[in-house]
Amino acid sequence: MEGNWQLARKRPMLEKRARIVQAIRAFFIARQFLEVETPQRIPANAPELHIDAIASGDWFLQTSPELCMKRLLAAGYEKLFQICRCWRDGERGNRHLPEYTMLEWYRAGTDYQLLLTDCEELLAALCAASQLKWQGQTIDLRRPWPRLKIAEAFARFSDTPLTEALKEGRFDEIISLQIEPQLPADRPVFLTEYPSQHAALARKKPGDPAVAERFELYIGKMELANAFSELTDPAEQRQRFSNEEQQRRVAGKPPYPSPEPFLKELASMPDAAGIALGIDRLVMLLCDAERIDQVVPFCPEDL
Amino acid sequence: MYSCSDLKKGLKLMIDGDPHVIVQFDFSKPGKGQALYRCKLRNMITGALFDRTYRSGESFAPASLDERDMQYLYQDETGYVFMDQKNYEQVVLAEETLGDDKYFLVDNMEVKILMYGDIGIGITLPNFVNLRVSQADPWVKGDTAAGNNKPAAVETGYTLQVPSFVEEGTLIQIDTRTGEYVTRVKE
Repeated sequence: MEGNWQLARKRPMLEKRARIVQAIRAFFIARQFLEVETPQRIPANAPELHIDAIASGDWFLQTSPELCMKRLLAAGYEKLFQICRCWRDGERGNRHLPEYTMLEWYRAGTDYQLLLTDCEELLAALCAASQLKWQGQTIDLRRPWPRLKIAEAFARFSDTPLTEALKEGRFDEIISLQIEPQLPADRPVFLTEYPSQHAALARKKPGDPAVAERFELYIGKMELANAFSELTDPAEQRQRFSNEEQQRRVAGKPPYPSPEPFLKELASMPDAAGIALGIDRLVMLLCDAERIDQVVPFCPEDL
Repeated sequence: MYSCSDLKKGLKLMIDGDPHVIVQFDFSKPGKGQALYRCKLRNMITGALFDRTYRSGESFAPASLDERDMQYLYQDETGYVFMDQKNYEQVVLAEETLGDDKYFLVDNMEVKILMYGDIGIGITLPNFVNLRVSQADPWVKGDTAAGNNKPAAVETGYTLQVPSFVEEGTLIQIDTRTGEYVTRVKE
């Protein structure tokens, strides 16, 4: 038997992927962000209704490095980034791997507005041509990228009003099945101002507590990144975690321990904003790959 | 019972009293939101195709159908003919029931036929099949880069991507689940 040819033929893609990751590092280092590595196996993740962690002994594999990154912010670090593995149980599809690579970056002393600009500049640094071709579609990356409030997206693309969708628990479903397919194909778009009940770790918008300072970046109708102005109130954060836990219990899901050191230190955290971006999907876009399987050497099924 | 996390292409389940097979599957989930399991299903009796989306928490009954060991005999105007090796009964499968699997059938191949009463409604092939390349561009001397590929056709008419060193007449192994090239077969 000769070597594994299906693996060998991934070489051009893996070479491109390596260069993209190197360019991402260079981008953040040039902007004076500190690269950190936080533990991937932790005693408690942020409890979220729709994110299931994978147990590792008595602890868990991280679903995001978010809590450790914020503890660093609380200790006075101002600009941080991390490229790391995250695990989410049961997430497998054309755009999902249960183990995948996340880029997270955080800025102290600011809100999420600056992160919108970071995204635009990062893509400009990775894609000199200011446009990319993905699956036959040309995507114009010239800045600024359009912003679309969630309420407007519902009004424009769904026959269900936002308030009704929230009341009936159909918010996510309508985003996936009605809104995503109608987003612009030829431009990136930021969906902004999420309903606050759909942003467990985000700050509410000053003057409008019904919406949270959260955005999602879509490119080619594919969800690429999720960002917040971070919630810094430990009492409110504890309350929201307990709400998520309550809902998990109602849904028959196993209980999660509370991340106490994070909740304790959150009181010292300055105003800050943070964002998580899926590296595998970014590579898919930049390398014209249709499925996430194409941009990693091994998928779970290959092991 | 199956849960949503069991759903995948090829899974057979009961829906509204009829056996169905998932012919296309995708998982979608807004980052912080609820997962959706999007299926294209084929009713295995009527052949009807339709889309259905499931949410986590739903469960499904497996389609409890008989699977019988059979041998592939031949193709004629009625379809593809298989024989039960125990009682010599013959079963015919239509071309559309086989789909791309028809390209991986070789004479006397031992397969499993899914039965609904006396009717064959599905097939499970061996995971790997050896087929001979009937058409491929010649190997350009010097093209030794691992991972280079080119199209090739095999004796059953199926086309796939193969490494550049595979030539006409080479016997190759194909994974019937993915339809992809695995390796050359030593003869």
